[in-house]
Amino acid sequence: MALKIVKGSIDRMFDKNLQDLVRGIRNHKEDEAKYISTCIDEIKQELKQDNIAVKANAVCKLTYLQMLGYDVSWAAFNIVEVMSSSKFTYKRIGYLAASQCFHEGTDVIMLTTNQIRKDLSSPNQYDTGVALTGLSCFVTPDLARDLANDIMTLMSHTKPYIRKKAVLIMYKVFLKYPESLRPAFPRLKEKLEDPDPGVQSAAVNVICELARRNPKNYLSLAPLFFKLMTSSTNNWVLIKIIKLFGALTPLEPRLGKKLIEPLTNLIHSTSAMSLLYECVNTVIAVLISLSSGMPNHSASIQLCVQKLRILIEDSDQNLKYLGLLAMSKILKTHPKSVQSHKDLILQCLDDKDESIRLRALDLLYGMVSKKNLMEIVKKLMLHVDKAEGTTYRDELLTKIIDICSQSNYQYITNFEWYISILVELTRLEGTRHGHLIASQMLDVAIRVKAIRAFAVAQMATLLDNAHLLTGNTQRNGICEVLYAAAWICGEFAEHLEDPMLTLEAMLRPKVATLPGHIQAVYVQNAAKLFATVLQKHEGETDSQAAQETSQLLIDRLPLFVQSANLEVQERASCILQLVKYIQKLQQKNVEVAEEVTALFAGELNPVAPKAQKKVPIPEGLDLDAWINEPPSESESEDEKPKAVFAKEEPKHSRSRHTEVDEKELARRREARKQEQANNPFYIKASPSSQKVYDAPGVEHIPVVQIDLSVPLKVPGMPMSDQYVKLEEERRQKEKADKKKKEKKKKREKRGKGRKGDSGPESEEDITPAHHVDIVTEEMPENALPSDDDDKDPNDPHKALDIDLDKPLADSEKLPVRTHRPEVLKSPAEDRDDNTIPQETKKKSSKDKKEKKKDKEKDRKRSKEDKKKKKKHKDVEEELPESLPEEVVQSEETKEASDLDFWLSSAPVPPVAQVVTVSSSAAAATVDSSSAAAAESEPEELKDTEPDDTKSSKHKKKKQKKEKEEKEKKKKKRHHHHHHHHSDAGAEDSVQNGTVEDEEPLPPMSNYSLLAENSYIKMMKEDADQVCDIQGNHQDESKVVVSVIFENKSDSFLKSMEFNVLDSLNSKLQRPDGAGPHDGLTVPFQLPPGVSNEARFVFSVQSIVMPQKLKGTLTFIVKTDESSTHEKLDFKLHFTCTSYLITTPCYSDAYAKLLESGDLKGSSLRLEGVNMPFHHLLARICFHHHFSVVERIDSCASMYSRSIQGHHVCLLVKSSDQTVSIDAKCDEPSLLGNVLDEIKQTFSKC
Amino acid sequence: MIKFLLMVNKQGQTRLSKYYEAVDLGKRAALEADVVRGCLARRKEECSFVEYKDYKLVYRQYAALFIVVGVTENENELSIYELVHNFVEVLDKYFSRVSELDIMFNLDKVHIILDEMILNGHIVETNKNRILAPLLALDKMTES
Repeated sequence: MALKIVKGSIDRMFDKNLQDLVRGIRNHKEDEAKYISTCIDEIKQELKQDNIAVKANAVCKLTYLQMLGYDVSWAAFNIVEVMSSSKFTYKRIGYLAASQCFHEGTDVIMLTTNQIRKDLSSPNQYDTGVALTGLSCFVTPDLARDLANDIMTLMSHTKPYIRKKAVLIMYKVFLKYPESLRPAFPRLKEKLEDPDPGVQSAAVNVICELARRNPKNYLSLAPLFFKLMTSSTNNWVLIKIIKLFGALTPLEPRLGKKLIEPLTNLIHSTSAMSLLYECVNTVIAVLISLSSGMPNHSASIQLCVQKLRILIEDSDQNLKYLGLLAMSKILKTHPKSVQSHKDLILQCLDDKDESIRLRALDLLYGMVSKKNLMEIVKKLMLHVDKAEGTTYRDELLTKIIDICSQSNYQYITNFEWYISILVELTRLEGTRHGHLIASQMLDVAIRVKAIRAFAVAQMATLLDNAHLLTGNTQRNGICEVLYAAAWICGEFAEHLEDPMLTLEAMLRPKVATLPGHIQAVYVQNAAKLFATVLQKHEGETDSQAAQETSQLLIDRLPLFVQSANLEVQERASCILQLVKYIQKLQQKNVEVAEEVTALFAGELNPVAPKAQKKVPIPEGLDLDAWINEPPSESESEDEKPKAVFAKEEPKHSRSRHTEVDEKELARRREARKQEQANNPFYIKASPSSQKVYDAPGVEHIPVVQIDLSVPLKVPGMPMSDQYVKLEEERRQKEKADKKKKEKKKKREKRGKGRKGDSGPESEEDITPAHHVDIVTEEMPENALPSDDDDKDPNDPHKALDIDLDKPLADSEKLPVRTHRPEVLKSPAEDRDDNTIPQETKKKSSKDKKEKKKDKEKDRKRSKEDKKKKKKHKDVEEELPESLPEEVVQSEETKEASDLDFWLSSAPVPPVAQVVTVSSSAAAATVDSSSAAAAESEPEELKDTEPDDTKSSKHKKKKQKKEKEEKEKKKKKRHHHHHHHHSDAGAEDSVQNGTVEDEEPLPPMSNYSLLAENSYIKMMKEDADQVCDIQGNHQDESKVVVSVIFENKSDSFLKSMEFNVLDSLNSKLQRPDGAGPHDGLTVPFQLPPGVSNEARFVFSVQSIVMPQKLKGTLTFIVKTDESSTHEKLDFKLHFTCTSYLITTPCYSDAYAKLLESGDLKGSSLRLEGVNMPFHHLLARICFHHHFSVVERIDSCASMYSRSIQGHHVCLLVKSSDQTVSIDAKCDEPSLLGNVLDEIKQTFSKC
Repeated sequence: MIKFLLMVNKQGQTRLSKYYEAVDLGKRAALEADVVRGCLARRKEECSFVEYKDYKLVYRQYAALFIVVGVTENENELSIYELVHNFVEVLDKYFSRVSELDIMFNLDKVHIILDEMILNGHIVETNKNRILAPLLALDKMTES
């Protein structure tokens, strides 16, 4: 044995380790591949040995080689071997290799399931950790399914080190096995409040990632995240949360409103740029979602823009880049705020960094206006000339075109200028965007009728100088422009000054070197030009010119007939034959022009790019049905020749509308305008351009003399610059004209001194130089509004679009490995106290205990907000099984209303509505009442401390809520209509749906009359709050009592003092320095008829018995003449119930609890209870602070926990008006008292 | 989320690669070459964020070594930028003045550090001591 070890280590001495391998590769720079292949051979030998150390070493080297790009998949099995080594040092090497090399297709992965499971449950946390890390890289759907439950268990591991990893892995598991999301989600949610910030952060990460893809399912978590956001100081977590809110706000604008304030606070206070940037981003998202009708937020926008400006001005390029990036988001909704920073953006165009320049370009897009378009484009053209790299130059080019053509050429006032810009752009060498320029030329020429003459002249020049464009051998891209030029010249030939010249240019032999599709257009348009020439010379006595033209064609066309391109060949030969025929006719002196022209008659209308798609499919037409027998599979699909001008195709197709009904057109245009006007996203042309349509005609166009013979490259000043100057002059002149007119009409204005400056000139002042009719693109009649968001059906996140608010069904459990088949029991039996769900058995008892401890910690931490939610949920949870369908619906509305509560800052939250609607029908849902009660709770902590610094806004809100609550109580008690009724009823809208439940729960309240006299009425509720104000005083528990004071008199009540005689056991919490008999001042005064609520905190020692405390309220009654002291005695009754806190409990934990045997039992029978079972449960939940653990038919298990940590478990069964309650608790006297109280509750009804 | 993290030297040799979403071996090489070319070509005065296909690349240069992180659209660039520095600080602490050779010779250890910091494409730990704890435990284990 010893010999073997020695031998093994000797072997190892000769083996290369990773370091040797790395060194070796460095020393064999010349023949690296050869060296590595010998190394791989060695590794193969090493892998054959039995010694695991040798194998691990070999695998370690393989990992390095894999990184260098060598395929090591052949060693997959060896990797698994090393993974299953019992020594951690080897195991981790195996897992590392696996995480680098394995992927879903690796077949040995299925061998690893058991090994991984073993490692996951290993007592060594590093074993578990390494298994989790590895799993995150190579988890397959099978592994996810098999291990989901194990990982979920690890989410509650005692060590945060494991918990945080397990939480993060769950995300991958969800992706691979979507069914696991719902069962695991409650626990994941729980982890948001984990005591360890690392775990918390992991949970936030996972939920953020989930929510990013399917935000609507996570909307209900918003309150929780809001709390985290306001309490967390971890910037990494904050960034994630804020990001998440960015995804949620588009769905719920009210959330946005709520967020603005904390976010702006963060923006002001944080010094972390990353956080600042994130906040700004989310504020922008919020503002976008609120976009309409929120003028109040201009301050926030200003703040964002200011901060971004600081970022952009920073010398750090990273900040500059991000600043610009965020700025472009603001631009979409608030262009005005960004436009004021134009100087800065233009500066960025000169930046050294290309990505910054590109970002600045993006911004420019949104910053142009009629006024500055020419100036900005001029600047960009300068950059085009300077630009070094072609990519950046091409980017500039596309941006120029984008900027000019945006919103239907909204900002172009002078199309001659634009055409010249396009022509100038053709001078760019080697650009890829020839077709883009071409399509712009086509678009403008077709749609802007007024510009045709000018465009045709320019295009003719282009054609004439085509050699400049095609001069260099491979300037391929730009020759696309000739396509447009030829087509424009042909189609609008009537504007040509000398069609003959252009025709000649189009038939030069050089044309044959152009790409086929361009030649085809040349040939076709040559025919059009021919027709024009014929027509021009028609009627002339001398038919010489016409005949010469025919001859020219007959001479030149054969060149094209020989073309290799089929299209060119076909067209050329057709036209050649046609011309030959015409020539014959000409020789006979027959007038042919009219007939030839008829070939090309009719006007082309621009068709919207999506028009084809929007043609509605006629009824009864199945496009998918085969017309013929389906072809056999073997048929090879020939690749279709790529249509370069695919987009333009509809325009060129010869299906011309010969006669377009003008009326019809006008009607459609009108309808379209209407639609555009109603569409908030449609950026309308500014009114000035609209008016222009019927403004005086062509005479007003400034006469621009352009010498057509000027060659393309003008030495010195480029052409478009002339327009800039002219435009400048024109505007000034216009301004002057205007001023003159104004002077005549009105008295002199201040504006006199403005002469000559190009200063504050409003958009409306600029009238376009051209009175342009931009023809809108045609759409088919009754086009279908198609939504274009085609989602990727392969998106793995699609499967995770799961409603998480629906309660879990029994069937939804993670698969658990079982050793024996599960016995199916009838549900009634199943709920025996001692039945333990299968999955819990597996866990070690140690695990259990620690888990419990953990949970308790969690609970302690959980604050009002959570509790409120849970309490609320529990009431709901018992409903579903009995009323499956309606409940789901009402669940939703309830969930929604819950969120509504949280979100509504409006004065009347939905409670009021529900109450008013249902005061007679008694249909108020538990939801609304409990939510109403709960709503006031969150502020409770702060309120109990006499804290006057709180914002008055908060207080107001709170008072309002309480008023409503109060109002509701009154209705219930007195059943008469109150003067506030109409007030509250007026605002009905949000959710009357809740009321329509078939079996509504009766209204419930925990408020009871405390004392009353002619002046005042007190009602109290034991708010079941534990506030661990000092977390280290574990033994000290606190109970909060809310008391509503209502002034019943006509006088003003003030100086109220609340005092209680402390007992040994229970003491009123008084502020520091106050004596044990001093009263507490009630922090408000009561005008006549008004009520308000105050909260008092009591500390309690023992909670097993109910208590009574005597107390007095003293106050001053102030009337007009006099003021009198009055007092009111009361008795505060602390029931044992009030020491219970609604605490949710998972069925597995519940079963464990019962199994532990620490609990003593007791039972109770109630006769003659005549109410539906779910009402019964709701009552117990509501009045006695229990939560339903599980419910099957008319049998339910319930759980609650006292403020001192006693567990109280109930099993409630109901049959024929008899309810039996079996109860267990670790404190028998507490249990006895609670049961008595439950009995009392039901005896009352 | 983070899609991949690369450590590349100026010659374009990969010193460490970690993918948080499986990428074909063949595609890896192409992607690495592309990414590296994109980042190496940039000058010092240019910003550290590059748009590349569906990813955003965040990179930092330390002497001759580049660390490039590919993240999705929704990730906060600055936080990743900080993370990279944090990572290097941890390496520095463990190797005391880390060099390219340290990383090459101790690839597995660098991986352990990285795995402690980033898991499943998410930042999981940023505290240096806690990041190094498992590694130090491992070192003790191998010594004994």
